[in-house]
Parts: sequence; C-alpha cells; structure tokens
Amino acid sequence: MEAKPKLLSILDGVSVVMLLIATGMVFFYAPVEAVMGLVQKVFYFHVAAGWVGMLSFLTAAIVGIILLRTGDRKWDIVGLASVELGLVFSFINVVTGSIWARPIWNTWWTWDPRLTTATIMILIYAAYLMLRSGIEDPDRRARFGAIYAILGFLSVPLTFFSARLFRGIHPVVIGSNQPGAEGQFDMTPLMLQTFFFSLITFTVIFVDLLWHRVRLGRLQDRVEQLKLKLNV
Amino acid sequence: MGGEVKIATSPSKAVIRKPTSFYLRTVWAIVWKDLAAELRSRELLTSMLVFALLVILIFNFALELDPRARFNAASGVLWVTFAFAGTLGLNRSMAMEKDRGCLDGLLLAPVDRSAIFFGKALSNLFFMLIVEAIVLPIYSLLYNINLFNPGLIAVVLLGSIGYVAVGTLLASMAVQTRTRDVLLPILLFPIVIPLFIAAVKASAGFLQSLEMSEIWPWLNLLIVYDLIFLAVAFMVFDYVVEE
Repeated sequence: MEAKPKLLSILDGVSVVMLLIATGMVFFYAPVEAVMGLVQKVFYFHVAAGWVGMLSFLTAAIVGIILLRTGDRKWDIVGLASVELGLVFSFINVVTGSIWARPIWNTWWTWDPRLTTATIMILIYAAYLMLRSGIEDPDRRARFGAIYAILGFLSVPLTFFSARLFRGIHPVVIGSNQPGAEGQFDMTPLMLQTFFFSLITFTVIFVDLLWHRVRLGRLQDRVEQLKLKLNV
Repeated sequence: MGGEVKIATSPSKAVIRKPTSFYLRTVWAIVWKDLAAELRSRELLTSMLVFALLVILIFNFALELDPRARFNAASGVLWVTFAFAGTLGLNRSMAMEKDRGCLDGLLLAPVDRSAIFFGKALSNLFFMLIVEAIVLPIYSLLYNINLFNPGLIAVVLLGSIGYVAVGTLLASMAVQTRTRDVLLPILLFPIVIPLFIAAVKASAGFLQSLEMSEIWPWLNLLIVYDLIFLAVAFMVFDYVVEE
C-alpha cells in the first residue's frame, strides 16, 4: 500500500485551520447585517458550498471528456469522487439555504430558478450513481458514467435559463441588482473579505477531500483485483 | 456527392470515402427495419397509445378541473402524457435490439455507428409522432379544446426531436444495465426538464394565442436544446455501443 503523501497531510492541516479561521471570521469578524440579523451569516458557507458543488460537477464533466478521449480508467475514479463530493456540497448548499429562507422568505422552499436548478442537479447526479450501480463491467461503467456526467452538466445551465424565464425571487448578491429579489443586501468590505475567505477555504477542503476519495478509490480497485486473484 | 471519391495523397494512404448517400441509405435501412417489424407486431405503438390514453384518463380524475383551469393545464397534461408514452416506446425499442443479440448484429455491419444512432432515433421519432398525431385529436375531442394550431404542432415536433435524441442515447445505455426497466425514466427526466419547461410554456403560449414575442424565447430554447443534444449524442454514441 502506498504511503500517505506528505503534501496531503499538510493539506489536511491547512483545511482544518482554514475552516476554523473561516468560522471565526463569520461569527466575529464580519459585521451583523442590519436588516436580516444573525441569520445572514449562513450566506458565507451557503455560497461557498454551492460554488464547490458546481466546481465538482464541472470537474466530473471535464474528467469524463478526458476519459472518453484517452480510455484510461484512472480518470473514472476522479469522476466518481467529484460527483460524490458535489452531491454532499450541493446538499449543504440547499440545507443552509432553507435555514436562511425560513425567516427571510417566510418559507422553507420556493420554486425559484436557483432552487429548482439545484434540486434537478442533485437528481441528475443521484441518477448518475444509480446508473453506475447497475453496471458490473468496470470499463463500461466508466464510459457510461463519463457520458452521463457530460450530458448532465450540459443540461444544468439550460435548466437554469428555462427556470429563470419565470421571474425569480432569489437575491443576486454578486453582480447586478435584480428587481423583485427578496433579501437583497450590499456587502461591506469586512463581509466581502469573509466571503472570499470562505470561498477559498471550501475550495481547499474540496481539493483535500477529492484527493482522499481518489486514494480510497484506488485502494478499492486494488482490493477488488486481489479478491479476484484469490478466488480464481 | 455521387460515386466513390478517392483521395490519393500517396499510394499507400489511399483513403476511400464513402459517399453521403451510403450513410443516408444505412440510416434509412434501420428505420425501415423498425417500421417493418412494428407493422407486423404492432406491439410498440399499441402499448404506447393505450398507455397515453390511460394517462389522459387518469389526469381527468386526478385534476377535477373546471373548464377554465382545464384549458390552462392542457399543455402540461399533454406533455406529461407524451413523456410517459415516449419512455415506454424508447425502452421497448432498445430492449428489442438487446434481446437475441440484434444490437451485436447491427454493430457487426460495416457502417458508421452514428448511422445506427440516427436510424434508431428516427424510428423512435416516427413512433412518437404517430402517437402524438392520434392523441392530439382525441384530446381535442374529449376536452373540447381546439388543438389544431400550426404553432402547437411545430412545438410538438421540436420537443419530440430533442426528447428522442436524448432518449435514444440514454435508452441504449439503460438496456445494458442490470436495472434496465426502471432506469430509463430516472436517467432521462432530469436531463430533459429544460426541454419540458420550454415545450409546455411554448404550447401554452400558442393555445392562449399570446404575442409571438412572448413565445420566441421558449422556441429558441427548444431549438438550442435540440441542436446541442443531437450533436452530443452523435459524438458519444460510439462509446455507448463499444464492447
């Protein structure tokens, strides 16, 4: 068994420290928002988790293209790892969003474009896992997974556009002011710093977890091969 | 482009290009095979059709609607019906190929594999359009709504093309898995949601005779979806049938 790389151990430490600092910044450094109060603090990790969710699904699609071009199955492990992580982070994104929406929109859930897209995205990648679990042949599993990851990632922006043609109420904090959004606010510099620090923190955590998951996937492969050797 | 075109850069690298008409003939041969098989067995069309009528019937009881609300819900009910019946047809059409190794036979033929995809997609499209052509008048009759609207028919055509493009690709993946019968809708529906939203809104727009400027965004979305997914399905189909 390969030893745990030193860089990975360092990355572990960095992620933990950064997460602690980010949490500290959210609670003690960033000011309390004037209208929404404490519940606004959920925003920092909410957006960061959503960003990492998108990033991992993008990774899965890109890795899928590489896999189809090269036919090398090691990319399949990376693809599966990113989809699993993407699902976890999207789920965090949706749950934190609901916590915020309850006091601000006075409902846990609404069929806003972003919320709709997030739900459908989670369903697509849940289907991805179901597709994989139904295929025994590892090469075919890798190819089908890659194709589905590409198709899924292509349909997500289209879903978003189609849902956006219905008018939404989700606030757009970054970029333009959108009329009709509920719970809009402008970030002060301290908030902005906290926000970007959370984004970077979550990205580092994503890289760290992805690395761990890929190592785990490789070990899984090894175990499977050893089992085959022993049984036959 | 008639005849065989030889591009001889060097004697050893002489490339023989098969002309376009050969490709089209291959596509047509597959469509013809499916139509002939269907003409004899009639199992696919009848099951799709009866299923579609049952769905409309169930909707009638599920949404006990007053005439006004029924008019507003018409496009949604129609597209749900088409989607369900379409899944049934797609599953059956690909399962037929998988049974008794028909697909392997097709793959052994010395033809471009994307021609097989387009052939299957075209015959699936054909079946879906037949079902739609029967369901639409029956729906008009049962619910007293005039569905004979050129715009609506264009939307039905555009929506069916996109649905069948993705559906044929995913069905050919689903039949190669252990859970083949249940997997197709789970794979297909989340990916065709943008198509559905656009098709439902565009159909509703035509039925309520809205301004064209309000319908165009949805039509554009339908066209973009069709183009993107036809192109992607064409590119990746090789990897689906590869052994």
